[in-house]
Amino acid sequence: MRLPVTVKALIAALALIAMASPIAFAVQPDEILDDPVLEAQAREISAELRCLVCQNQSIDDSDAPLAHDLRLLVRERLKAGDDEQAVIDFIVARYGEFVLLRPRFSAKTYLLWLAPLLLLGGGGYLAFRLFARPEGESVAHPAPLSREEEEQLQRIFDESKG
Amino acid sequence: MIVEVGHFALILAFAVACLQSGAVIWSLWSGNDDPRSLTTPAALAQFFLLLLSFLVLVHAYVVSDFSVENVWANSHSAKPLIYKISGSWGNHEGSMLLWVLILGLFGAAVALFGNNLPARLKSSVLGVQGLIGVAFLAFIMTTSNPFVRLSPAPFEGQGLNPILQDPALAFHPPLLYTGYVGFSMAFSFAIAALIEGHIGAAWARWVRPWTLAAWMFLTIGIAIGSWWAYYELGWGGWWFWDPVENASFMPWLAGTALLHSAVVMEKRDALKVWTILLAIITFALSLMGTFLVRSGVLTSVHSFATDPARGVFILAIIALFTGGAFTLFAWRAPLLRQGARFAPISREGSLVFNNFVLMIVCAAVLIGTLYPLALDALTGDKISVGPPYFNAVFVPLALALLAVMPFGPFLPWKRGSLADTAKRLRVPALLAAAAFVITLVLEPNGSLLAALGMAIGVWLMSGALAETAFRLKAFAAPWAEVRRRASNLPRASYGAMIAHFGLGVVVLGIVATSSWRAERILSMQPGQTIPFAGYELTFGKLASREGPNYRETFGNFELRKNGKLVTLLSPSKRQYVAPPTATTEAAIHASWAGDFYLVIGETGQSKTSSLAVRLYFHPLVRLIWIGAFIMFLGGALSLSDRRLRVGAPRRRAVSPAPPATAGRAS
Repeated sequence: MRLPVTVKALIAALALIAMASPIAFAVQPDEILDDPVLEAQAREISAELRCLVCQNQSIDDSDAPLAHDLRLLVRERLKAGDDEQAVIDFIVARYGEFVLLRPRFSAKTYLLWLAPLLLLGGGGYLAFRLFARPEGESVAHPAPLSREEEEQLQRIFDESKG
Repeated sequence: MIVEVGHFALILAFAVACLQSGAVIWSLWSGNDDPRSLTTPAALAQFFLLLLSFLVLVHAYVVSDFSVENVWANSHSAKPLIYKISGSWGNHEGSMLLWVLILGLFGAAVALFGNNLPARLKSSVLGVQGLIGVAFLAFIMTTSNPFVRLSPAPFEGQGLNPILQDPALAFHPPLLYTGYVGFSMAFSFAIAALIEGHIGAAWARWVRPWTLAAWMFLTIGIAIGSWWAYYELGWGGWWFWDPVENASFMPWLAGTALLHSAVVMEKRDALKVWTILLAIITFALSLMGTFLVRSGVLTSVHSFATDPARGVFILAIIALFTGGAFTLFAWRAPLLRQGARFAPISREGSLVFNNFVLMIVCAAVLIGTLYPLALDALTGDKISVGPPYFNAVFVPLALALLAVMPFGPFLPWKRGSLADTAKRLRVPALLAAAAFVITLVLEPNGSLLAALGMAIGVWLMSGALAETAFRLKAFAAPWAEVRRRASNLPRASYGAMIAHFGLGVVVLGIVATSSWRAERILSMQPGQTIPFAGYELTFGKLASREGPNYRETFGNFELRKNGKLVTLLSPSKRQYVAPPTATTEAAIHASWAGDFYLVIGETGQSKTSSLAVRLYFHPLVRLIWIGAFIMFLGGALSLSDRRLRVGAPRRRAVSPAPPATAGRAS
């Protein structure tokens, strides 16, 4: 869904307000649902949704008016009987995937989600190579002495004898 | 006039930095070592010029010289003195000047105290330091000059962002920058070693104190930033996986890895190529941190300066230095001989595991931080990568690392036995198991993960103590022998124990506050009392008062425990004059059990006299910062180890003894 220009201007204005006062008061007393189970669910969902006009805050932490509206929206959907996934889908359909703080596992984010596993694999392979050195060399065997070092050692021995 | 002196000193510092690096480049080109003798005086001169320049800027702030654009844009005559001073680095231009000043300080420290380094290595290190200075001074002079004048001079400045007017934030940037910039030393040593083409245990010994110092300051800098976020951002969050936080956390992870791999190199002459690579990566990440904060490519509460031209310039610096360093690495690293070998179960093996996990975490944080930028640039799709992603990746990896951490120091070099080590860790294991059970009994509703986390915290702390006890043969040898061993044990060993212990303390704080944070949001009437987290809170009334440069409305609250008054709390809403900004100030009552954290909502608009309040109880949250401070102290103790002080000047017998009479007279 493309946002009309006026809405964009509104969001920009809200963004300015949000930047002017980055201090959060977030959830207001009058927002809280009477049903504690639904409220807990609403809080959980809110922590996963980004406040679009803020600088990297979830709607649960943000005091921006837009975050307030989104929190109310989440609670409305929950009261209407939506489950967690349905609520999130509802919000994503309107605001896009940018709103998700936990990006979805999709073609766009395969690399993101699989990166830690790939790193584990790659790093594990490197570590394995480090320990699985060529056969025939005993573990912790120091490098052989060079000729000068041998001579030096011999001199030390000779000196200590003499 | 004074301002022009500072400006001129800055330009001179640039010229001196050119000379400092040019001398080494000329020497490499011509094969003549003579120009290298320039580097020491140049490094000292560069530092003093930068110091002069910086002091001039601070002076302009203190006297509120609004004819300087930077002062006008970021200061106000009514601001308290401490924030006038800290305001000089609370903005882009000033903070970059601080950055190069610290760079110059490290260079001067090598020039003064690096007499024990081989002459060629020392001058090469200074040459690389000089080159970094050239790049950043050029950056400051062309895009971020703090000495630009305004004409006519305005009467009043625009003021500093009130959320930056805070004691913790006054000292956060200098500490953080000392950490960031300190890693430039490891980088310069790595590049110098690559140029020289040989490297060994001695190199690790020279580079370790610098890395350790940088690591200490980065640790405490991050901790102070997190503490600030905790009490200032209004709900007690202390870590947000914010891109700018990540930017400081990545060099910390890589620097921690570097610190440990340098131990292997120093003691066993192994992991040489890897350590060099880590030194380069760590500084590259520090540079990237500077880029992320300064360029404005990331939206964040911290990035108070955004300008694409600056971003491009810093990006060019990063490309030049990391690209150049990696090219040099690829060319020269094969020349470095691989060192001694070791079995997977050994001290070296455990440190390899440490490096393995730390670098995977670091890479994952890097990918998570940059992924949205890359995706946007490549496809135009916008996604967010937030705390849920980072926690999902970070927590399991961190747990794996912490769970095996106490084994490391017990393992012997070259080859060890897990069974023997496990036997020595019996007591910590029992304590950890006890912590697990006690947590489950006390908090039956808590998750298993939380209990496991508490157990790991105890495991780390007791494991660290057990290691020192083992070294001292405490409980096993006669007292006299224990004392002898205690005085023989190097300070670095105590330092490591204390730092590991501190990490355990941090873990306890993180797990407790994340698992058992209590929260309540409600409206309170004047005179109303509510119970919360074992306390009773009474709301008196709202009142107002004037601060030096703000006006605030605050609530009078009484906090009682079992009817006895504990403290008065006055959380407030502040309205700053310049720039006109509203902030929320939390009221916190700290105790060992945890922090009682109180915030009030909007005042004034509501028709009723009720007040919206948010109450939190953050159990054991202080342990996070206390633990970080313990880690800092561990680093400091280790740094004071005589064995590490190879960079310190030897007291020369030839230096003339002071006249005996002068000594007595004083």
